Amino acid sequence: MTRVFLEGSEALAAAAIAAGCRFFAGYPMTPFTGLLDHMAEMLPEAGGVVVNAESELEAVGMAWGALATGARAATGSTGQGLSLMQESLSEISRAELPLVVFNLARGQSDYYQATRGGGHGDYRHIVLAPIDIHEAVAHTQLAFHLADRWRNPVLIYGDYLLAHTYESVDISPVDFPELPPKDWAVDGSLGGTGRSRNLNPIGMTKGSKGIEPQSFLDRLNLKCEAMAREEMRFESEFCEDAELLVVAFGTLAKFVRFVVRQMREEGLRVGYARPISLWPFPSDDLRAAAAGVREVAVLEMNAGQMIDDVRLAILGDAPVTAIGGISMDEAGFGIGPLLDPDTIRCRVEGLLRGKEKVA
Amino acid sequence: MSGSKSDLTILSTQAPPSEPATHLGGPHPALLLDGDHDLCPGCGEPVAIRLLLEVIEELGCGQSSIATVGIGCYTAFTSIIDLDLVQALHGRAPSVATGIKRMRPESLVFTLQGDGDMVNEGLQEVLHTAARGENVTCVLLNNGVFGETGGHMTATTVLGQRTKNSLEGRDAAYHGHPILIGDMLASLDGTAYAARGTVADAAGVSRTRRMLKKAFQAQLNGEGFSFVEILTMCPTGWFIETARGPGYLSEVMGSVHVAGELKTGR
Repeated sequence: MTRVFLEGSEALAAAAIAAGCRFFAGYPMTPFTGLLDHMAEMLPEAGGVVVNAESELEAVGMAWGALATGARAATGSTGQGLSLMQESLSEISRAELPLVVFNLARGQSDYYQATRGGGHGDYRHIVLAPIDIHEAVAHTQLAFHLADRWRNPVLIYGDYLLAHTYESVDISPVDFPELPPKDWAVDGSLGGTGRSRNLNPIGMTKGSKGIEPQSFLDRLNLKCEAMAREEMRFESEFCEDAELLVVAFGTLAKFVRFVVRQMREEGLRVGYARPISLWPFPSDDLRAAAAGVREVAVLEMNAGQMIDDVRLAILGDAPVTAIGGISMDEAGFGIGPLLDPDTIRCRVEGLLRGKEKVA
Repeated sequence: MSGSKSDLTILSTQAPPSEPATHLGGPHPALLLDGDHDLCPGCGEPVAIRLLLEVIEELGCGQSSIATVGIGCYTAFTSIIDLDLVQALHGRAPSVATGIKRMRPESLVFTLQGDGDMVNEGLQEVLHTAARGENVTCVLLNNGVFGETGGHMTATTVLGQRTKNSLEGRDAAYHGHPILIGDMLASLDGTAYAARGTVADAAGVSRTRRMLKKAFQAQLNGEGFSFVEILTMCPTGWFIETARGPGYLSEVMGSVHVAGELKTGR
């Protein structure tokens, strides 16, 4: 194992290349720009191609084409750019192409966009929200594997903090179980044989005219249900005898985990829970972690988005209270006052003590 | 413009094709799985697609071509075109073709798009792909209407042309001007070859075949972006008698989108 001290953006680029990514297209936007910069610098050396796309619409379209040839390909942006990509993300899901897409977001307000299938129609993609650069490196490599395994897009949800802080990380390629060959990929070779391929997002197939949307969409939905069962990821600490359980995701969760550990050392009965996969949301694990708590607190840097999934998971077992909120810096990049242990502790403790008084 | 002066009988916009389909028989191109298609009688698109597939066969590229197809009436052909194929979103085929070509530079990569697809929804895609000098070929089937939705105005609809949403004819003051996409693409430095053909008559078909061949050869030689626009009949979308389609194409559309080579070599 060799550790290197890298900025998050560079670590993500290195991890993608280690995972075999050979095509990347993007359009600059803070804080995603750094990843594009590093890919442009590093991927050609690894034998890959980076295209400085003229818009996010084109970036995702180019990745679509590269994926169709069987190459590992990725794109990304910041939430606003992801909005532009939604039509293609939806159709790429239906064309069953293994796209990896990075949202290096301006804070946490793209939770709905990431987890609901921001485009048209019934589809979902796996969403991984790393807590730090070390986990982001692991998630990036995992994302390429999961995308290929399910033939479905996987989204990495990061932010400014992830992109622009430094950590010492190990970028060695990770071994994953072997995947079936991509015999669906287009290489032109089956032209004129009567068995040519049709990578199609609307259910059209070669040889049979028209479409059968019912059976096509049913099959994709069954796949989504299988992903939902198998790809839930979750971590928690100190839940057994907790009175208050604090739920957070992404880089903000690192601050929450720190605060909860600190409070535990002082004997306060607080627990910590983090959905690592935002979709599928680890509802069963979260509900089990919350069993016996008096209240569940949700700390997220937005007007309240993940709290919906927390409430659906808890199913009324305990009251669920928002203790986060919009938290912005002057530039609007999502580095707000909530990214501060003392501020977080103040909110957690306020809720804990408030309840003690009532009890 | 000539369209407004046309003496053609304009049928009701709800009318079906004025003549039933005629089965011409004969062998279909080897790269087509079936000789039948689902498009309207008098449609020019099947003729253009036939040319496209025959040229690919002639060039010996049947086992090395990858098609990227947009959304329009011609999309019905994706189930019977016997080439490896990627279905793109409306307007977005040039970017998809870019990704394919960058990963498989040895393949013959082309898009098949209509005017609504390429010139309305995806104009920036084709312009940037050309400007980048991307070594792909974009093929446009231009009939000046959204045929699939029932004959609505597109960005290539000529002045005076009657469509579902320009019922009294396209009026520059109200609807704006048509885009001559072939000329626009020919003006870009990344474009190696650009031409506008037509399937209105036998001579046009023959010339269009040569244009397609030159465009693909430019790609095979690595010269950069190549483009062939093919004017096609859409009597259903034009609300005219089926048999008048070729005449209308030459007279109304062809007088504005003038057929011929637009650029040969960078």
